Amino acid sequence: MDNPILEIDSVTKRFGGLTALNEVNFSVKAGEIRGLIGPNGAGKSTMFKNIAGFYTPTSGDIRYQGRSISGLKPHSIAEMGIVRTFQETTLFQELTVFENVLVGCHKHARINLFAAIFGLDRARQTAAAQKVEEVLEFMGLADRRHQLAAELPLGSQRALAIAIALASEPKLMLMDEPFAGMNPEETNHMMDLTRRVQESGITIVLVEHDMKAVMGLCGYLTVLNFGQLLAEGTPEEVRNDKRVIDAYLGGAA
Amino acid sequence: MKENWPKIVGFLLLLAAVLAVPHFLQFHHQDLLIFLVINVLVVTSYRLVTLTGEWSLIHAVMMGVGGYTATLLFRGFELGMWFTLPLAGLVAAAIAALLCFPLFRMTQFYFLIGSFAAGEAIRLCWIEFIIPFGGTGGLSGVEPPFVFDIDFLEPIPYYYLTLAIVGLCLLILYRIENSRIGLTLHSVHWKAPLAESVGVDTWRYRALAFIVGSFFVGVAGGLKVHYLGTINPNQFGIGFMVFILIWVIVGGYNRFYGPILGVVVLTLFDESIRQFEEFRPAIYGAVLILSILFLPKGLESIPARLRSWAGGGSDREKGKLTDG
Ligand SMILES: Nc1ncnc2c1ncn2[C@@H]1O[C@H](COP(=O)(O)OP(=O)(O)O)[C@@H](O)[C@H]1O
Ligand SMILES: [Mg+2]
Repeated sequence: MDNPILEIDSVTKRFGGLTALNEVNFSVKAGEIRGLIGPNGAGKSTMFKNIAGFYTPTSGDIRYQGRSISGLKPHSIAEMGIVRTFQETTLFQELTVFENVLVGCHKHARINLFAAIFGLDRARQTAAAQKVEEVLEFMGLADRRHQLAAELPLGSQRALAIAIALASEPKLMLMDEPFAGMNPEETNHMMDLTRRVQESGITIVLVEHDMKAVMGLCGYLTVLNFGQLLAEGTPEEVRNDKRVIDAYLGGAA
Repeated sequence: MKENWPKIVGFLLLLAAVLAVPHFLQFHHQDLLIFLVINVLVVTSYRLVTLTGEWSLIHAVMMGVGGYTATLLFRGFELGMWFTLPLAGLVAAAIAALLCFPLFRMTQFYFLIGSFAAGEAIRLCWIEFIIPFGGTGGLSGVEPPFVFDIDFLEPIPYYYLTLAIVGLCLLILYRIENSRIGLTLHSVHWKAPLAESVGVDTWRYRALAFIVGSFFVGVAGGLKVHYLGTINPNQFGIGFMVFILIWVIVGGYNRFYGPILGVVVLTLFDESIRQFEEFRPAIYGAVLILSILFLPKGLESIPARLRSWAGGGSDREKGKLTDG
């Protein structure tokens, strides 16, 4: 595959006796929306946590833009341009929508102690605030900027989680079940947004159970089952793959 | 801004009251007033440490580190207070920086115990190494500065000096908390994984809060010893640490002024129950329990509560960071 942004090279992750990922290999092209699917417990979230540095692979290697990143801390990986969203909607509930996204700007807006005390670096903080406005506009959250995150309806909370991620100006975004629990209208809206994120030049790996969303968005799918790579291919190929059908029928899908 | 002027008037009134108050007090109470102002800095700097969600038990000892630093520099090198105070802060900050490596491998309960143990180890050094720390008896002979013909040994001049220095420190702490750094510290407290996923080095920010908090409590320790003249390890034991915790909890730690309210109100309260000496621990215990039961967000939450009783509830009260 030419120009991979992310390479998963026989990654294994064990928790005690349980092998959550077993020698998984795949790679993601820059600019695509890649679907990572599989029944519950297949190891999809575990894969994301390994990529984003929350776990270290037991063995194997993860390369991002050709560089090994396994074992790095989450913040260093975020620094390099990988951002992950969480399966359970994870927000700063106590902060306003605006403040949530402002935290997301960390990489570009952080300041040192002296700048904070003496109020230097105004230009950078103004730029961060502008970035926040841009992202809120993009995600359709501008009207809610002063609301507390905890008070938002589910759809907007999901949108906010993505807004926080976008504010960090990632190159690769790992989205863990962003469509879960959405009604069809919200799903359509989120699909639009996801496409627009891709069009802005961000590569996406999408873990999702909503097959309409997966089939509609992804050009290529990677299927995991019991921690193993089960199949890869276009949505068309995967849909007709006997092993995939069996896995889903046998599993909890 | 025209909505700002009540705040400005309020601030000026407060300033006038603070400047006038020592003139209405007896000598003994003037002393207490000075220690109260110093304790305001102690609790406010502690608040910075707690912003990331970690409650340490070493803050009192860090004050002692500042106090001993000032004492040794004054006695050994005849450095005046203008030098000993910043150096007191810097030494406390440096020791805090070293302690970050063991302490911030732990979180929550383990951090609490770890910070307590580290503090006791430092206190043990003061007790064991009679040279230079003077053992349990401590050290004495530290003096306040003497500038032109103002003798800062007098309570009123020292009060004004303390007020100016503490005021400056509070301003700096306030600016840190209301800057991008403060926002990041809150984010580390509330959802560390989410903060990490957008590039926040949570270890670094926890360390930063701890080091800066220790700097300012070190300054407070220097201020205290220059007025009191003596220092010993017992001043900075777990007893004082418990007072810091009570002040912060009773005052409330969700807003900048909560701990200040706590230390001021409880110090006044303390004075008013002075005649019941033997019951004071029991009374304190009762106050702490009552305030946790009935005012879990501290004294600072009273205005918002009154408002919500009176006006059917404000929706923006819960968990808000800044007022306004
Ligand atoms: N921290 C952990 N400790 C032990 N087992 C875990 C841990 N995280 C995940 N697992 C296990 O790994 C397997 C894969 O989980 P996960 O990656 O969450 O699946 P998916 O996201 O595909 O539904 C499951 O059996 C789960 O119980
Ligand atoms: Mg999952």
